[in-house]
Amino acid sequence: MDALQLVWFGLIGLLWAGYLVLEGFDFGVGALLPSLGKGQDAEDTEKRRRVMLTTIGPHWDGNEVWLLTAGGATFAAFPEWYATMFSAFYLPLLLVLVALIVRNMGFEYRGKRDDVTWRKRWDLAIIGGSVAAPLLVGVALTNVVRGVPLDGNSEYAGNLFTLLNPLSLLGGLTVLALSLTHGAYFIALKTSGQIREDARRMGTTLGLATAGLAVVTLLWLNLSTGSLWSWVTTVVAAGALLAAIWMNTQGREGWAFVGTAVTAAMAVATYFLALYPDVMPTTLDGGRSLTIENASSSPMTLTIMTWAAVVFTPIVLLYTAYTYYTFRKRIGTQHIPAPVAVS
Amino acid sequence: MGSSLDVARWQFAITTVYHFLFVPVTIGMSAVVAYFHTQWVRTHRPEYYRLTKFFGKLFLINFALGLVTGIVQEFQFGMNWSDYSRFVGDIFGAPLAFEALLAFFLESTFLGVWIFGWGRIPEKLHASTMWLTHIGTVLSAYFILAANSFMQNPVGYEYNPTTGRAEMSDFLAVLTNKVQLVTFPHVVLSAYMVGGAVIMGVALWLLRRDAATDDAPVYRKAVRVGAVVSLVASLGVIVSGDVQGKIMTEVQPMKMAAAEALYDTTSNAPFSVLSVGPLDGSRASRLIEVPGLLSFLGTGDFNGTVEGINDLKVSERDAAQQVAKQYGPEVAALVTDDDYTPIVPVAYWTFRLMMGAGFLTMLFAAMALWATRKNGVPQAKWWTAIAVLTPLLPIFANSFGWIFTEMGRQPWLVYGLMTTATGVSPSVSVGEVWVSMVVYTLLYAALAVVEVKLFLTYVRRGAEPFEDPAAHVDADEDRPLQFAY
Repeated sequence: MDALQLVWFGLIGLLWAGYLVLEGFDFGVGALLPSLGKGQDAEDTEKRRRVMLTTIGPHWDGNEVWLLTAGGATFAAFPEWYATMFSAFYLPLLLVLVALIVRNMGFEYRGKRDDVTWRKRWDLAIIGGSVAAPLLVGVALTNVVRGVPLDGNSEYAGNLFTLLNPLSLLGGLTVLALSLTHGAYFIALKTSGQIREDARRMGTTLGLATAGLAVVTLLWLNLSTGSLWSWVTTVVAAGALLAAIWMNTQGREGWAFVGTAVTAAMAVATYFLALYPDVMPTTLDGGRSLTIENASSSPMTLTIMTWAAVVFTPIVLLYTAYTYYTFRKRIGTQHIPAPVAVS
Repeated sequence: MGSSLDVARWQFAITTVYHFLFVPVTIGMSAVVAYFHTQWVRTHRPEYYRLTKFFGKLFLINFALGLVTGIVQEFQFGMNWSDYSRFVGDIFGAPLAFEALLAFFLESTFLGVWIFGWGRIPEKLHASTMWLTHIGTVLSAYFILAANSFMQNPVGYEYNPTTGRAEMSDFLAVLTNKVQLVTFPHVVLSAYMVGGAVIMGVALWLLRRDAATDDAPVYRKAVRVGAVVSLVASLGVIVSGDVQGKIMTEVQPMKMAAAEALYDTTSNAPFSVLSVGPLDGSRASRLIEVPGLLSFLGTGDFNGTVEGINDLKVSERDAAQQVAKQYGPEVAALVTDDDYTPIVPVAYWTFRLMMGAGFLTMLFAAMALWATRKNGVPQAKWWTAIAVLTPLLPIFANSFGWIFTEMGRQPWLVYGLMTTATGVSPSVSVGEVWVSMVVYTLLYAALAVVEVKLFLTYVRRGAEPFEDPAAHVDADEDRPLQFAY
């Protein structure tokens, strides 16, 4: 294994971490729409939902590009991994795509008509998509680390039900729960008024539930394929989550959000450290595992990609940071303008 | 039920053509909206503000669908075409990764800032975020077209017998593929044609409806801006298309022969504008022919020789056998096919429909410019038809152009190197491909209905009355936002 292959294994991990940290909170916000978005009456409910959606409004699209970049970078740096993974997880990925499609359309279209039925339908799309996508992404990623049946040509030899094993389902629930918690802390950080209080209260319960799920998932994973370093990141992830829950109860919303962000990043790190040196292990005797070494691109492609990453990633991070700075102000129901006069 | 190859091909065709209905609108309209926004910031004339807001909304309604259907495209290579992804991923993956890193981030991030930026960021910066979005769309086009050009004319690669795949040898060659250098301007200028045409068509319809109101000058302005953009772009489309024809004749002669259904090698080859019959090589089927025009399109000389399908079939087979002999049995399996001819009627007709729709767009844009000079309002009833057709024609011209480009390459997936039949995912069952096919088709159809209805609702609503945004800016922290979801 040469250095660039290792670098790209790390960078793919970084892209997934970026994805779960960033889109993680907008998944959470979307999925919390029915609970956190519930107000005293219909008008209050509608305003609260619009507050929630507006906090993620300028960001969700950019957040989603992390997934596309993770996909594109895997294609470029580990073509065999991309080919095997995407064809193996065929039906779950199809559902992820449907989930992303309907929720994205929901964000853009929901407020374009002042019509209760119209809004209700798009709310359903946003909520359904925001629950299904992190759940399925979690199932898929856990399957990658756990291993799936790959034959002697590294072709997938299982079916849909192979993927629905207990560990992977648990992994899916963990990603979903973490997204919900992360989203609740984001709402607490970005809103004012009653919704902020409610988000904090809900965040504690969600945080504790996440901690329970995450501990079981990560322990299970570490006990089956862990290394010393994956234990270290597990401990950091657990510590960060507990700190986040504590900070949330103390009203330190920014730190609580940082805490769940670190948890998500460290959970992905644990996955990748447990995966190393494979990228997609086989569970089949006589099967061929995909490894960092045998799945990667040529040195030339990796070199070109490395230069691109070195030059452009800082620029992307810079303007992404700018958008979060620009839209840093808290939003309350008083900031919500009248709905458009279109029915 | 068909083989998974057939279903995967139909799925790629359906999802790609659908995706590309929205893409040129996004590329073209983002430029014109950015122009309106810049003019507002420069002049503070109300009509520019109203046009920015009005066409900005229509742009966003369209953008949403282009975005979501684009995600499917990136995943589809791995899902349905995993053997293709394995064989060329070392080359093909890089432009896709570049597209995400350089273009998607830029486009998505700054569009988010633009949408929510009203009253929250300085106005010059605000206008520039739409330009950045536009630059993102154009960069995106560059990288994805570089990837596609590799499939039309593979360059900058070497076959590695140890890994059994094609590998990058020269990335610059991939990015400056001669097919790419003409395809990129052709596609982006076609997108400007579309963007201009959408704005012209919508504004023309409103101008006629609201001719008696104070809004007429606003819509007239938009008609003229849209028509000028469309017309100027179309000149570039013709020039780049002409060069493309010559390069195609050189690197993919079979595609050019199929475009004219030319079976026998001919010098001073005519171009048929219309024909009847099965296009199987019988000359009698040609209705209108322009002598020597095909030779001119393909070679730049009315007396030039254009190779016919019958000769090319043989030379393609020889070339494939040569490649097979050079690289061994693994590659032999990739390049062997029964027949190296694309479906001729598809190539023939899509080529003509593309050009016909393009020329009609030009004609309508020129007519609209003429009819709106000196504060004119086009009166006759048939102008309604022109207002409706002008946006649709160049969008369909784009579709036909792509169907021609991709179908004309068949049976190749990567020209001369890999047939389409060998690229499909071996581990995915025909049932699974059917499931995804049905899901996409139903979902896309439903979204199309919703999109078109919403788009038309907002068109009918017209541009909102002017409200000075400066009046909104004050110190009151609890004032409602100018825009929220």
